Amino acid sequence: MLEKKKDADGDTSYSISVGPVHPALKEPVKLNMSIEGEKVTGVDFELSQVHRGVEWMGTRRNPIQIMFLAERICGICNICHIMAFSKAVENAAGIEVPARASYIRTIAAELERIHSHVLWAGVAAHELGFDSVMHYTWKLRENVLDTIEYLTGNRITKAIVTIGGVRRDIHEKQVPRLKETTDYYLKSFDKLGKIFLKDPVVKSRCRDTGILTKKEALVTCAVGPTARASGVRKDIRVDETYAAYPELDMKPMMPDMVTGETRGDVYDRIITRLLEVKQSAEIINDCLNQMPEGKIVYEEKIPKLLAELKGVEGEGTGRLEAPRGEVFHYVKMVGEDSPYAWKVRAPTYNNMLAWVPMLMNEQIADIPIIAASIDPCMSCTNRAVVAGKTSSILTQENLHRLSVEKTRKIREALK
Amino acid sequence: MSIKDLNRSLWVFHVNTGSCNGCDIEIVAALTPRYDAERFGVKLVGTPRHADVLLVTGPVTKDMKDKLKRVYDQTPDPKVVMSIGNCGNSGGCFYESYNIDGPIDKVVPVDVYVAGCPPRPEAIIDGVVKAWKKLEDLEAKK
Ligand code: SF4
Repeated sequence: MLEKKKDADGDTSYSISVGPVHPALKEPVKLNMSIEGEKVTGVDFELSQVHRGVEWMGTRRNPIQIMFLAERICGICNICHIMAFSKAVENAAGIEVPARASYIRTIAAELERIHSHVLWAGVAAHELGFDSVMHYTWKLRENVLDTIEYLTGNRITKAIVTIGGVRRDIHEKQVPRLKETTDYYLKSFDKLGKIFLKDPVVKSRCRDTGILTKKEALVTCAVGPTARASGVRKDIRVDETYAAYPELDMKPMMPDMVTGETRGDVYDRIITRLLEVKQSAEIINDCLNQMPEGKIVYEEKIPKLLAELKGVEGEGTGRLEAPRGEVFHYVKMVGEDSPYAWKVRAPTYNNMLAWVPMLMNEQIADIPIIAASIDPCMSCTNRAVVAGKTSSILTQENLHRLSVEKTRKIREALK
Repeated sequence: MSIKDLNRSLWVFHVNTGSCNGCDIEIVAALTPRYDAERFGVKLVGTPRHADVLLVTGPVTKDMKDKLKRVYDQTPDPKVVMSIGNCGNSGGCFYESYNIDGPIDKVVPVDVYVAGCPPRPEAIIDGVVKAWKKLEDLEAKK
């Protein structure tokens, strides 16, 4: 919807709002932007459309029931929420996770990272107007979903993590299949790299678009690949010890490993995520090679575990690196069935603030790809924002169309 | 019903009313090469005004209630509404939340329910076939 404004000097500016139901957005969120000509001069956003009160519901359920709810905070990166929640409870109760379970958790988390990043690559391609690439990447993604299903029984919500360990072991027989998957992604890395990093049209649309400088990344507290692409070396897998990561040899993936420089633009964010797909495949291989034998869960009998958790008094936190950045869970137990408090902070909450410097002074046609470049996840972010404001609905296709047109023009120009 | 009976392409519009994304990505998976519902002409469109079928996911948060209603009103008749996923069908694991006005059938009339949390792409395609059948019945009545 367009709204015309005149400022004191008589200059006209327009404000457009995008969303909450909009083809350029995969999930409901509302972006309000002021524009002058083609330039974005002001950015604001409204949340709360997906708020379901998950934390509040958590204080009315017992920890085993909450695990089900925690997985449904976000369908894409569900394992990180259930793992962070379990970690917080384990932390409060002083439960030790068996070593083998830590490895299985790591493998499951890395499989999820592969699926999430490949999915994102498809969304990014769609925003740029390359629908065939989107279909290609989503086809690539089916391989990891099959493997996840093979290991856990489910395609999306894996339900493999439980408090004190994991629910299913990885058997000797299953290892070859996992190795096949990692080989598949190590191979497709080259192909994806060719599509996204070598293609001149993608490059000219993403290079120097949506820049987030290192300073801005620090000020807006960006996390995950968004921060790393701007040159901030932070990766919870390296900075904090959890699961099997301390025993693995890994370092944060930075875009300058490929190009030798860090610009903090959309292109760098693509590089970071592609590198991480490769890294995840390598981590899974390492885990399979050095996984110890042993128990997979602290306490198998759920009633016994619940009885033990009921006696727990204290606080616990769980922090880990989800595909989009740091996830943080806090739990306070007061010796009752349900926790007294449960707080979740998901990575998009931080990364959304980075939208403001990224979108400023960019063209309208670049809004979709810049908005998508942080890999926003509204269902994670909207748990705890109080709803209230109603806003008008918009179903313009214009934005996506503009983006596609821009790609077409660039392609012609490069011919 | 066989492929012969399909007399045109079916265009669908997807509304997320507060879902966890699980169902949404399975909808996209149903359209992409592995399951490839697009080969039958099923296409995700950008506006409800072009759509025959509404794919609704999520438990309908208070904020999205009137938006869902408006999207419903904007969709031309005859139309079919599909509720995808347990949380849209019944509230699912969010049933007691203070911020939901759902399930979906409390807000708009639903024709096809797809169960699962999330349902598999095969189940979603099965639901779309049922919706198709229903749409043709509705058109025959006109
Ligand atoms: S039905 Fe389940 S998977 Fe689907 S949106 Fe609702 S909570 Fe998520």
